[in-house]
Amino acid sequence: MIYNSTVARLTYRALLGRRRALMLLALPVLLLVIAVVIRALGGADDRAATEILGGFALASMVPLIGVIAGTGAIAPEIDDGSIVYLLSKPISRRTIITTKLLVAISVTIAFTTTPILLAGMILNDNSQQIGSAYTVAAGVASVAYSAVFLLLGTVSRNAVVFGLVYALVWEALFGSLVPGARTLSIQQWSLALAERVAADGADITSDVALPTALILLTAATVLGTWYAGRRLRVLKVAGDE
Amino acid sequence: MSTGTGTGGVRDARIHDIGYRHYEGRRLGRSYARRSLITHSLRGAYGLGRSARHKVLPFGLFGITAIPAIVMVAVAITTGLDELPIEYTSYALFMQPILGLYIALAAPQMVSLDLRFKTIPLYFSRPVERNDYVAAKFAALSLALFLFVSVPLLIAYAGGLLGKLGFAEQTSGFARGLVAAAVFAVLHAAIALLVASLTPRRGFGVAAVIATLTVPYFAVTAVQVVASEQGSPGAVEWLGLFSPGTLLDGIQAAFLGGVSEFPDELEPSGAAAACYPLVAAGLVVLCSYLLTRRYRKAGL
Repeated sequence: MIYNSTVARLTYRALLGRRRALMLLALPVLLLVIAVVIRALGGADDRAATEILGGFALASMVPLIGVIAGTGAIAPEIDDGSIVYLLSKPISRRTIITTKLLVAISVTIAFTTTPILLAGMILNDNSQQIGSAYTVAAGVASVAYSAVFLLLGTVSRNAVVFGLVYALVWEALFGSLVPGARTLSIQQWSLALAERVAADGADITSDVALPTALILLTAATVLGTWYAGRRLRVLKVAGDE
Repeated sequence: MSTGTGTGGVRDARIHDIGYRHYEGRRLGRSYARRSLITHSLRGAYGLGRSARHKVLPFGLFGITAIPAIVMVAVAITTGLDELPIEYTSYALFMQPILGLYIALAAPQMVSLDLRFKTIPLYFSRPVERNDYVAAKFAALSLALFLFVSVPLLIAYAGGLLGKLGFAEQTSGFARGLVAAAVFAVLHAAIALLVASLTPRRGFGVAAVIATLTVPYFAVTAVQVVASEQGSPGAVEWLGLFSPGTLLDGIQAAFLGGVSEFPDELEPSGAAAACYPLVAAGLVVLCSYLLTRRYRKAGL
C-alpha cells in the first residue's frame, strides 16, 4: 500500500492551511503579472519567453515551491514532535513517506505547471512550444525536487536551509562558475526534457543528454524516497532546541 | 462575623524576618538593558553563547564568504596584477547567495524564538520599551551583517597593501566598499527582520526571508534582460528599483564608482540614479515603522 487518505488529508492541511497557501500562491501570481507586463510592453517575443520562463520560473520559482512543499510535508511534524502520534498508528512508515511524497508532488505540480503554461500562452502564444516545454520541465522537476526535499526534511532539522543551499548556491552560483556542477542539477536534467519538447528554433539548451537526465531524475526520486522511508523507520524523537 | 480559626490567627499573628534583602546596588537602567540586548543578539547571530551545533552554519558561511577574498589576494600577488580581480564595492553582490542564506538564518533566530517561546513579555517587564527592543534587534542584525561583509573586505585590503597594489587606490576602494557594506547591511537587516518577526516558526521564517530577498531579484534580473534585448535601456535602470539586490547594485554603480551587473553593465543616471538611495532609505524607514507597529501587540 502506498497511499493513505487520512495521512494525505492531514498533509494537505499542513501545506495549504493558514499563510502557507498564500506564500505558495504569491510566486505564480508574480510570474503571471510579469508575463502580462512584458506582453503589454514589448509584444510577443520568443526570447523574452525563454528568458522569463527559464531564468525566473524554472530557476527560482520551481525550486522554492519545491522546498516549501517538500520540507513542509514532514519537517514541521518532526520538529514539534507531533510525528509520534502518526508513527504510533498501525500504518507502515513507508506508506507515510510515499503518501506525503505524493501530496508534496501534487502541490508542487499544481502551483508550478499551470502558471508556467499560462505565462507561456501570455508571453508568446506558446509559439515554438516554449511554454509547453517549460511546463513539462517543471512537472518532472517537481517530482524530483519533492523527493529530494522530503528526504532532507527527514534527515536534518535545518532542512529548509539545506534545501535552499542546494537550490540557490549549488544550482545558481556553482552552476554558473563550475560547469561540472551543472550535470548534478535537477534544473539541468529537466531542461534536457524541455530542449526535446521545444521546437529547434527555441533557445533552450541543457548540459546533460536526455537519456542521462531521465536516468538521473528517476534515480534521485526513487533513492530519495527509499532513503526517506528508511530514515523514518529509525527516527528517534528527541526534543531539543 | 468572625470564625474560630480567624480569631486564632489574629492572636498568633507576627511577622517573621526570613532574610529577604533589598537590592541596594546601582540600578543600571534602560540604556544598559538596551546595550545588553544588542550584545546578546549580536552574539546569537554568530551562535556564540550557544551550543557548537549552532556555530557551524554561521561560521561555515562566514568562511565561504572570506575564502574568495583570500584567493583573490593570493592570485593578485602571485600573478602580479595591479588591482584586485573583484572590486571592493561589488564584493557583497558577488557573494549575494551566501549572504542571503546567512541573513535568512540570523534574522529568524534573532526574533522568532522570542515569539515562539513567549519570552517577549519577560523583556518588557524590564525597563526596556518596545521601540528599544526593535531598535536593539535592528542594530544587532545590521552590525552582524556589516561584520560579515566587512571582515573579508579587510582581509582583501590588508592583502592588497602587503602586495603593494597602491595605497591611495586601495584605501579609496576599501572605504567605498565599507559604505556599500553598510548600505547592504542596513537595508537587508530591515527587510529580513520585518519578515522574520511575522512568524514564530523558525523554518518558515527562513524560507520567507530567502523568498522575499531572492524572488524579486530573479524576477527583476530576468525582466531587465528582456527589456535590454527589446532595446529599451531606459527601462532597465527603473526596473532595478524593484529588488533589494539590484537596488544595491545600482547605488554602488552610480555613486561608489563600481561596475553594475545590469545588462551591458548599464549605469543608472539622472533621475533614476537619484531614486536609488531614496528608495533604499524609504524602504528602511517603512520596514522599521512596520516593525515597531508589529511589536505593539506581539507576544501579548
